[in-house]
Amino acid sequence: MLNTNLKHITSEADFKQVIESNEKVMVCCGRMGPMCLPVYDIMEDLEEKYESVVFYDMAFDSPDAHVIRNHPKSAGFMGLPFTYYFKNGEAVEATSSIQSKKQVKELLDKHFA
Amino acid sequence: MNKITDTYDVIVLGGGPAGLTAGIYLGRAKLKTLIINEGSIGGQMVLTHAIANYPGAKVDISGRDLSLDMKAQAKTFGCKIESNVEVTSMDLSGELKQIEIDDDEVFAAKAVIVATGGTPRSMGVPGETKFKGSGVSYCATCDGDFFEGKEIIVVGGGNSALEEAVSLTQYASKVTVIHQFDHFQATEHAVKIARENEKIAFIMESEIQAVLGDQTLTGVELMNMKTNQRSIVSTDGIFVFIGYVANTVALPGSLALNSRNEIVTDAAMMTNLDGVFAAGDVREKRYRQITTAVSDGTIAALSAIDFIQS
Repeated sequence: MLNTNLKHITSEADFKQVIESNEKVMVCCGRMGPMCLPVYDIMEDLEEKYESVVFYDMAFDSPDAHVIRNHPKSAGFMGLPFTYYFKNGEAVEATSSIQSKKQVKELLDKHFA
Repeated sequence: MNKITDTYDVIVLGGGPAGLTAGIYLGRAKLKTLIINEGSIGGQMVLTHAIANYPGAKVDISGRDLSLDMKAQAKTFGCKIESNVEVTSMDLSGELKQIEIDDDEVFAAKAVIVATGGTPRSMGVPGETKFKGSGVSYCATCDGDFFEGKEIIVVGGGNSALEEAVSLTQYASKVTVIHQFDHFQATEHAVKIARENEKIAFIMESEIQAVLGDQTLTGVELMNMKTNQRSIVSTDGIFVFIGYVANTVALPGSLALNSRNEIVTDAAMMTNLDGVFAAGDVREKRYRQITTAVSDGTIAALSAIDFIQS
């Protein structure tokens, strides 16, 4: 489990339950590394502002994280973290590697406004 | 700029070790202090997985944990911290300096300490941005295992480049180090370790001109700096370690910078602008360590306290 203040997805069942029972979900799948930490911090900052979105992290090295690692949108991704935006259970956007707060907000506004 | 939202004694721009240390000293001096940080708290310190040379800290404390300890200490002394915000405008010229964040709130202060740190230097060539996260990386420990059994390029000739090249050989089948000069800036020891590694090859006096590929990264276009001859080198990935640039782009043009765009200060961390101080990696200096950033932050804070009280 990642050492962040976000809610954690810890299993495949957990993952399915989260994306199917929430309309708007952002999941950051990574490690406790320098490219991932800023994205977790940004998500923590945005939780209050985007009340209709639920924010989760998932440990990249957990076996069940194959749901993100092997997701079709992860094809070609070679930089952590893998960050996903789900709407009504469908992945509407995914990014690889570090993102700025501005980039994250743009995607949240684009898909979840 | 919008109307002033709140006024402080001192605003610190940057939440790395220099900025947080300044915040601790200013808070302890009972000055109303705001730290504005565009990224995550800790700055480049969080890039370090284990810090073994910070006096008094437990052995191998992570950069993130040390950052969180410094942040907690600054908050204990009353510092307010705004992190992950964008500075959209600033005026450091008058007696009351003004800084706007997110095109929204404007904060004013009698003194400002600029501790905005540095950012990993990118190559600035076509294709680099397109393949960021899908072949171009700036962090070997983060992304190295995506290149298991693949051939990769490491760009740079300093300690970071050579040490990371060696580290990447645990995943990659071949690592080619590309460096623009005919000699390395790294220590002799780092060069020796890299040269002794059979998986590492070297292309000297050459620069990448473009990152190539359609859907996936396939190679780079190289130029030999001596002959101007161009060539294509196939690769699966590129790791870039070519140093840092000072984060001074958003600062006003009236602030004196050197030829490397670092802020020029005196020994008291004073800049050429009245009431504006600088600390840490953003200023002109030779050694960039957490300890030297902490020293700068201390001096800048004490100078700012003197400035305000005089």
